[in-house]
Amino acid sequence: MIPAAFEYARAESIDHAIELLGGADDAKILAGGHSLLPLMKTRLAQPSLLVDISRIGDLSYVREDGDMVAIGALTRHHDVANSELLQQVAPIVADTASRIGDPQVRHVGTIGGSIAHADPAGDMGTVMVALGAQFAISAAAGATRTVAAGDFFQGLFQADLAANEVLTEIRVPKTSGGWSYLKFNRRAIDWAMVGVAAVQQNGSAAVALTNMGETPLRAAGVEEALAGGADPATASARADEGAAPPSDAFGSAEYRREVSKVLVRRALEETLG
Amino acid sequence: MVATEQYVGSPVLRKEDAKLLTGQGNFVDNQSMAGMVWMALVRPPHVHATIQSIDTAAAASMPGVVGVYTAADLETAFPAALPMVWPITEDIKIPTHWPLTKDKIRFAGDAVAVVVAETREQAEDAAEMVTVSASDLPAVTDLEEAATDEVVIHEDLGTNVVVHWSHGGGGDQSVFDSAPVIVQERFTQPRLIPNAIEPRGCLAYGSPAAGEFTLVSATQIPHICRVGLSIATGVPQSKLRIIAPDVGGGFGSKLNVYAEEALALALTRSIGRPVKWIETRPENYVATIHGRGVLHDCTLAGTEDGEIQGMKFVELADMGAYFQLLTPGIPELGGWVYMGPYDTKAYWYEFKGIITNATPTDAYRGAGRPEATFVIERLVDAYARRIGMDPADVRRKNFLPPSAEAFASVMGLSIDSANYEPTFDRALELAEYDQMRKEQQARRDRGDTKQLGIGLSSYIEMCGLAPSEILGALRYVAGGWDAAEIECRPDGKVVVRTGTSPHGQGHETSWSQIVADGLGVTPDDVEVLHGDTSVSRLGMDTYGSRSASVGAEAVARALEKVRAKARTIAAHELEVAEDDLEWTDGAFRVSGAPDKARTIPELAASAWHAHALPADMEPMLEGTAVWDPPNFTWPGGTHICVVEVDTETGKTDIMRYVAVDDCGNVINPMIVEGQVQGGVAQGVAEALYEEALYDESGNLMSSSMTQYLVPTAVEIPSITQDRTVTPSTTNSLGVKGIGEAGTIASPPAVVNAVIDAVSHLGVSHIDKPASPERVWRAIRDAQGGAA
Repeated sequence: MIPAAFEYARAESIDHAIELLGGADDAKILAGGHSLLPLMKTRLAQPSLLVDISRIGDLSYVREDGDMVAIGALTRHHDVANSELLQQVAPIVADTASRIGDPQVRHVGTIGGSIAHADPAGDMGTVMVALGAQFAISAAAGATRTVAAGDFFQGLFQADLAANEVLTEIRVPKTSGGWSYLKFNRRAIDWAMVGVAAVQQNGSAAVALTNMGETPLRAAGVEEALAGGADPATASARADEGAAPPSDAFGSAEYRREVSKVLVRRALEETLG
Repeated sequence: MVATEQYVGSPVLRKEDAKLLTGQGNFVDNQSMAGMVWMALVRPPHVHATIQSIDTAAAASMPGVVGVYTAADLETAFPAALPMVWPITEDIKIPTHWPLTKDKIRFAGDAVAVVVAETREQAEDAAEMVTVSASDLPAVTDLEEAATDEVVIHEDLGTNVVVHWSHGGGGDQSVFDSAPVIVQERFTQPRLIPNAIEPRGCLAYGSPAAGEFTLVSATQIPHICRVGLSIATGVPQSKLRIIAPDVGGGFGSKLNVYAEEALALALTRSIGRPVKWIETRPENYVATIHGRGVLHDCTLAGTEDGEIQGMKFVELADMGAYFQLLTPGIPELGGWVYMGPYDTKAYWYEFKGIITNATPTDAYRGAGRPEATFVIERLVDAYARRIGMDPADVRRKNFLPPSAEAFASVMGLSIDSANYEPTFDRALELAEYDQMRKEQQARRDRGDTKQLGIGLSSYIEMCGLAPSEILGALRYVAGGWDAAEIECRPDGKVVVRTGTSPHGQGHETSWSQIVADGLGVTPDDVEVLHGDTSVSRLGMDTYGSRSASVGAEAVARALEKVRAKARTIAAHELEVAEDDLEWTDGAFRVSGAPDKARTIPELAASAWHAHALPADMEPMLEGTAVWDPPNFTWPGGTHICVVEVDTETGKTDIMRYVAVDDCGNVINPMIVEGQVQGGVAQGVAEALYEEALYDESGNLMSSSMTQYLVPTAVEIPSITQDRTVTPSTTNSLGVKGIGEAGTIASPPAVVNAVIDAVSHLGVSHIDKPASPERVWRAIRDAQGGAA
């Protein structure tokens, strides 16, 4: 439970962080540390350098940006959950944040860290995929780019984010229709065994799944069935199409597939009223 | 201060809490010493393997390393292997268990070397550099597979089936052939990880020149540790002091003598510097004992109208790779309560202990009795379903008759007192049993997704370990007595030294209440010292719900000696006969002249300055008692759990939990309620969440709190509690014990409720823990395969 030796540097700004990241072979960004530090303590991760971005104050915010809401990457889950703006115009984001981990995790973990870690069992990535969120990324020499959530998650713990890039902002569309995030787990503090995000937007429903594959997944079969006029019970039977859920101590892949169907149906019933 | 309040029976706030809640506790890891070095164990990534070589050279050259030691380097340090003190049969085969394994690794966590370095970080870094060359052998963690001896784990023993103990049976065994109804069930109970909040740890120091050593250890049993570690290290008991400082829970996992304690002592002896070790949580999961891990074949013989005639249990118990202190005795402890609170005519219990390639098992809260209660209560429900009777009616019909006196039981021991029906009735009333049954029926009629289940568990336990004579007959090597010393100081304060070793149970408060009442002072005037073999010299420590019925009874008996001496001094000073004194309003008063009085503080001062004591009386007002109980104590009760099961996902939510216990007289009702609360939480964990799983190679998959599901406050229901009081006849306090009742009673209450919720769908069996997937599969299988 003692991490291997590592260097530590505190970044004063995004540019400083990128500069520090570029100077080491296997540097890691430290934000809330709630995913990274346990891996380091068990020595499953042994970065040579930690670049601490947690003191970069101007990355913690929630603000309106036209028909979107912009969330700074360092915004703590607790602040996301309690943002009145998000509660009003993107309530699925606030509600999901309020159910991540436990109060201690929510006060330290950040939305950007959670998304960049690209854990398929993470709740926020799924919500982002369902919402069609945009991620702003800063790179060396002042370069910036934007990636759609649907393109960002590439594999197990793998995101479209280079070693010397920093995720700086999450932009989510305002929603006015129904929504639901259902999380199925053994204990409240656990990662989702299966999660389902459903959002009604512009007359159609977007559905995404947590922990049903190596990345957050769009439930394309369900969406297609709904577009074809199917009711939630019929559409939800296609919940696990294209999914590849894990089998582990929490539950088998077979069980997860069945649970995903039940949850999709329930989420759609909540969302579509 | 003279007090007239009666403290026993009152919810006096715990005196222990102020320091613990404000971070001023003094745990092992709060302690360090000048010149101290750290120890780290090398536990190679093998499960079952023959060791070819251990290369310590790279580790030895790491920064800060003082030394790296293998079993070969410590050959002379240990005159004997680690102790196992309960050889329950004459022909038991005992695996040799050295602090470091010599030639073979037998489970994931078996240590082969120890590194000593200046800092903890240096020790852990160097431990990673020790390389072990070993050739893997097939590993076996499954009980029945291990019992086949295809893979023998200790070759010198020739078998994994190292012990077979049979109760021998009671009553007329022919009912198992002749009864109209025979119910047979098989139940498995997984391994559990005790998860004390504070992992283990120790700090050893002393003087090699004087041959004197002290071990500060997170242990439940400083007195037993002194004996066990003296045997293992050769340090005489007279030169070995064990201190249990504040200890953050144990649940049985610190009722042991561990390799790390022996190593720290041996290393401080050879290095001459204080040696400290603190267990990490992952290490705790593999190197500290596990609990449960049993498989039962059960038979119930009865009539069509619900009369239980016979109960028979044949068990396989997972011992793990070695014996720890009490390993083979744990199933046997349950072997005396397999009849539950029921008046069965015939009784049979036997078990075989099986060595496996897994962490050794030993006592875990309840130790044998939860295993027994789980299978009895599951079996009684299966019987009720079989004959179509309400499970409440079956239980009521079969309770042992009430008795205020001790009476003989079919299992052979005497039960101190019993009255199960009032407890049962109160539980049914608090649970609104009839109303819940109606609600259940309505949901069934509607075909609701969420179905209601009601689970009952009536239990009996055997506490107050233990009458020494019976322990002797059961081949336990020590006695079961305990001791107390009471010393009245001339400032009116009182020092109590108890042989019990609390680690969360609140003895400082409860013992103070007893002494305050007896001496006419307040609990704050009483200081209870414990957990240090040089302070409370005599004792047998804390486990098995023994502390109140044995330890506090010793306090009560010492108290009587103090009061007798005080009365003699009072009579002398007041110039009256002792018979003319009465104890009123916290003082000895002359009958008819209550103003002529002496308080205990006054008499303590007289006895201390000793200026004018009665002739031949020794100075000091003090008393000592060593108490050996004549019998066990036998608490009982009924717990009822009401659950809602989501029939689509299999997920269970507990809607209502009622615990009505009878632990005899109560010293502090708040502490009793806390013990039940914690016990039920641990039992709910066992019923629905916790399970230590090994993969096919014998590696522990449930290797951290991410995978091993200790529930949090969110998952634990509010618990409605009540009590009946049937005083014990074993001790003068009339107390029976409550530390384990919640953990014993609750797992079957919860699992019975889950099965009850879906029994109308055809489900009659779900293994523990009743995880959502298990429940979902049970429903699906009962409905005829794929959903």
